[in-house]
Amino acid sequence: MTEELDCRGQLCPLPVIALARRLPELPVGAVLRVLADDPAAANDIPAWCRLRGQEFVGVAGADAYEVRRVS
Amino acid sequence: MAYFDAAAGAPPHPAARQALQAAQEDGWADPGKLYTQGRRARQLLDAARAAIAEELGVRPDEVLFCASGTDAARAAVRGVRAARQRTGPVAVHSAIEHSAVLYAVADGPARSIAVDRLGRVDVDAFAAAVQEPGVAVAALISASHEVGTVQPVAEVAAACTHAGVPLFVDAAQSAGRVPVPGGWSVLSASAHKWGGPAGVGVLVVRKGTRWVPPWPGTEPGAPDQPGTRNLPAIVAAAAALRAAAGEAKPEAERLFPLVERIRSTVAATVPDVEIVGDPVDRLPHLVTFSCLYLDGEALLHGLDRAGFAVSSGSSCTAATLRPSHVLEAMGVLSHGNVRVSLHRETSAADVDRFLAVLPDLVARLRSEAGVAGL
Repeated sequence: MTEELDCRGQLCPLPVIALARRLPELPVGAVLRVLADDPAAANDIPAWCRLRGQEFVGVAGADAYEVRRVS
Repeated sequence: MAYFDAAAGAPPHPAARQALQAAQEDGWADPGKLYTQGRRARQLLDAARAAIAEELGVRPDEVLFCASGTDAARAAVRGVRAARQRTGPVAVHSAIEHSAVLYAVADGPARSIAVDRLGRVDVDAFAAAVQEPGVAVAALISASHEVGTVQPVAEVAAACTHAGVPLFVDAAQSAGRVPVPGGWSVLSASAHKWGGPAGVGVLVVRKGTRWVPPWPGTEPGAPDQPGTRNLPAIVAAAAALRAAAGEAKPEAERLFPLVERIRSTVAATVPDVEIVGDPVDRLPHLVTFSCLYLDGEALLHGLDRAGFAVSSGSSCTAATLRPSHVLEAMGVLSHGNVRVSLHRETSAADVDRFLAVLPDLVARLRSEAGVAGL
């Protein structure tokens, strides 16, 4: 089951910070779904994945972004 | 205080200050009138137009004055679109145009062309889009005002010529600093970006371009945007452009390595930073970077307190609360964003002081936010 991180109502960079804190606590291969309604999240979550070498799985519905821990 | 926001507006060039003062004494009358004072004003206006035309490499009767760079950009798009309405209404533009251009193209159907990670427009996609039926006008910024990446103006101009579509180039960041390749039909620029006063927009419409003045009440023989133009400011704008263009090459040679110093030093001394834009094929004076986990507004205020005026494309610093559309189009980090843009008064010592202050400031802000080492 995919874990969910509810960052709705938070402005960037807070959703990215929450993602950066939570993802390393999950096992490699796990997928984290981040809920974020700040418009910058759509840009900054994939950018964080690229900078950190994690996998941006994609957009999973409105205001939802999935990230897989790969390292 | 070091002012690092020349891309928003360069400090007035000394040549502009002198010309402004002289023209306020001498050029206050209506240049359209036939009495002595009016004729004097007309002489000043004609001389300013000729000087700007010469610096931009065009004919004087191709230069029009507008109330701002934004007005000039809007008139460029609207004037071509109106003249070519029988061809179609579509505007093709890069995704990283200035907001003034984005608002202008949004008057009708528009097609945005993607940029790559460095912020350079996709030439093949642009060329294919202008070949489609119904395209009235194409718009391309000469170089990104947010990340500095020089755009492939010559290639896009060739594609537009081939397709028979007029190309409008927004040269606000390039005029008076770096040459703009030819081949375009319409160009706009803004005097306060080259050290002239605010409130002077320049619109160039090349002969043979289908363009109609998009303003009501334009009189024959007086193609400038209607309304009394600020003649002293126009005179000062021309003096500033002449001076800036005269020193542009050595200035570019001085500023380019200073920006390179910022790019390499920030990358080496600030952890978790993304330096964006093309490292080489870029404007000489501008660099943008983003610091992971930081709030752009906090960074901007911290730098202001440390004596540095910079700009930011982060959403928290925008009235719209949206991140910069340029950073979004490039797919690069938008939070913790800082744009530094240098000018003729920037010294190497200013840059070194900035580079000495930045790493500790970023570390302190990260520590206060509880994200150090994240």
